[in-house]
Amino acid sequence: MTTHVCECASAVERILRTFPSGRREALIPLLQAVQEEFGYLPQDALRAIARHLHLPAAKVFGVATFYNQFRLKPVGAHTIRVCRGTACHVRGSKQLLDAVADHLGVTPGETTADGEFTLETVACLGACSIAPVVMVDEDFHGAVKTNAVAKMLEPYREK
Amino acid sequence: MLPNLYDLPVLARQQRTVLKNCGLIDPDSLSEFLARGGYAALAKALAAGDDGQSVLDHVLQSGLRGRGGGGFPTGRKWQLTRQQTNTPKYLVCNADEGDPGAFMDRSVLEGDPHRVIEGMLLGALAIGASYGYIYCRAEYPLAIKRLEHSIEELERVGLLGDNILGSGFSFHLKLKQGAGAFVCGEETALLASIEGKRGMPRVRPPYPAQSGLWGQPTCINNVETFANVSSIVAEGGAWFAGIGTERSKGTKVFALTGTVKNSGLVEVPMGITLREVVFEVGGGILEDRPFKAVQIGGPSGGCIPDQLMDTPVDYDSLIAVGAMMGSGGLVVMDERTCMVDLARFFMEFIRNESCGKCIPCREGTTRMLEILERIVRPASGESPRETVERFKSVTLLEELAPVIRDTSLCGLGQTAPNPVLSTLRYFRDEYEAHVFERRCPAGACRALLTFHIVAEKCKGCTLCARQCPTGAIWGAPKQTHIIDQDKCVHCGACQDVCKFDAVSAQ
Repeated sequence: MTTHVCECASAVERILRTFPSGRREALIPLLQAVQEEFGYLPQDALRAIARHLHLPAAKVFGVATFYNQFRLKPVGAHTIRVCRGTACHVRGSKQLLDAVADHLGVTPGETTADGEFTLETVACLGACSIAPVVMVDEDFHGAVKTNAVAKMLEPYREK
Repeated sequence: MLPNLYDLPVLARQQRTVLKNCGLIDPDSLSEFLARGGYAALAKALAAGDDGQSVLDHVLQSGLRGRGGGGFPTGRKWQLTRQQTNTPKYLVCNADEGDPGAFMDRSVLEGDPHRVIEGMLLGALAIGASYGYIYCRAEYPLAIKRLEHSIEELERVGLLGDNILGSGFSFHLKLKQGAGAFVCGEETALLASIEGKRGMPRVRPPYPAQSGLWGQPTCINNVETFANVSSIVAEGGAWFAGIGTERSKGTKVFALTGTVKNSGLVEVPMGITLREVVFEVGGGILEDRPFKAVQIGGPSGGCIPDQLMDTPVDYDSLIAVGAMMGSGGLVVMDERTCMVDLARFFMEFIRNESCGKCIPCREGTTRMLEILERIVRPASGESPRETVERFKSVTLLEELAPVIRDTSLCGLGQTAPNPVLSTLRYFRDEYEAHVFERRCPAGACRALLTFHIVAEKCKGCTLCARQCPTGAIWGAPKQTHIIDQDKCVHCGACQDVCKFDAVSAQ
């Protein structure tokens, strides 16, 4: 645990140096950069950001919990985003989400026990013409059928 | 003989201004954009040497209205910001396209980023802004990449930065990434987000034109609005005003999706009817199933039934039928879509995305969602109080809706009840079937369906029995199976796995 905090601190310091201190408008880009690095926002990083921007830690926490993009807990090796936009809904994305959740044994927002997959929903990926859409990491999977979920996820387990 | 591309039914009714270059040029290539007449309007406006007055005049004359949803006249907004004496002024492009089922802005940003930037440069000239932001949602990584590349290239060749083309006009443009909050599409929430705060709307007035980013005069327009400007300046305001209807000018891009044959982006002149868009451009319904309704305007919009499909597409006609133009999502639904379920879907979306500032929106949408969920839940295990509330549900929804609309600060709350109100208005019988007969006419609300195994079709493969989460399916291998209705939780897993189509739901 101690070593983890150390590694985290030096990486956070490096990111902080690329943003001017005391400028509040840098808060969201900073949070994004930290999450890009760690996959989530470690508590120590939030405190370091608060110090850097001369803001109370509560304000930083407030912003971090307001936006859907930010996560305060570590995520799995792969992130699955099931699109819940209107077009996907009309083409059965609710059933698809249930199928993915059943397959992984988690509910949306959770990570599988083996740390492989985190299941999330997203409001719209803007890929409505291939609805229903699932995004695994950076890959788009279009017109996904409920019975094709296992096959879709298989290649990611090996990576 | 090969037909001309524009003779094809899908393109014959379209008129491409905003999408003129999309798919035809390399979006990363400035020279391809220049070869298609790009930045000529900017050069012309700068050469006029009138401080952007001619740009403003063209936009005022064109009658262009904001394409983000509200439809406020763009020229008036620009004029108001131009009149402010306080400097610096800011120009912001709202690319936080959050409406589920809409991807117009995404395609323009990915396919023709320079068109948007040229529109912004012309806007900045007209209002006297020296700094600009593009606020793009993080869910659009390719759009962000293309914009970053374009901005960098423009800075290198001197089309962005100080003293553009030697005219003395300076404009610095930055890209800001959203962080996944639907409410940030609202202008004051968007500005709060750029400033590094929680994206919560504030009271207007003062309008951003008077006091926006960091208290300075700020003008905010949508991606598609900016994408129209260069053509307006190049061809003249009168040309643009010649397209469309009396009060809605020009063309509109729609994201045509759902159960329609040709899904994708279409750009049509204002005033075309919805029926023409869905059946001529869209080619009709998938598998030629009966058409039910089209949802327009996203979570703020409404559903338009078959009998109103001859409504012309313009800002005012759509509001008159209980919908709105919105940003341009057009989701086509056939008879298998349940309108109560759709209303529930939108209400869940709004409940999740409400920023929580106004209590009527935060609590009211939660209550509306609870009422809708009660309607689609099976009657078994319902408490007496829930039964009473189910029977009162339609009245309760009609009572809550105007309160939320009238007492919320921003557009999200004010329009939150629209999906419920418009489905109630046109599909009240469906609500009543759910509430009183415990039946979903579309067969979409699984909790209200009864699942049966059709004896003639069942081969006794045992797949359904193994899949059933509650062990409600009985039967020996190679014998007809049956479902124990007392144990069934209406999940539909048996129907999904059956290879012989032997599970029927009614």
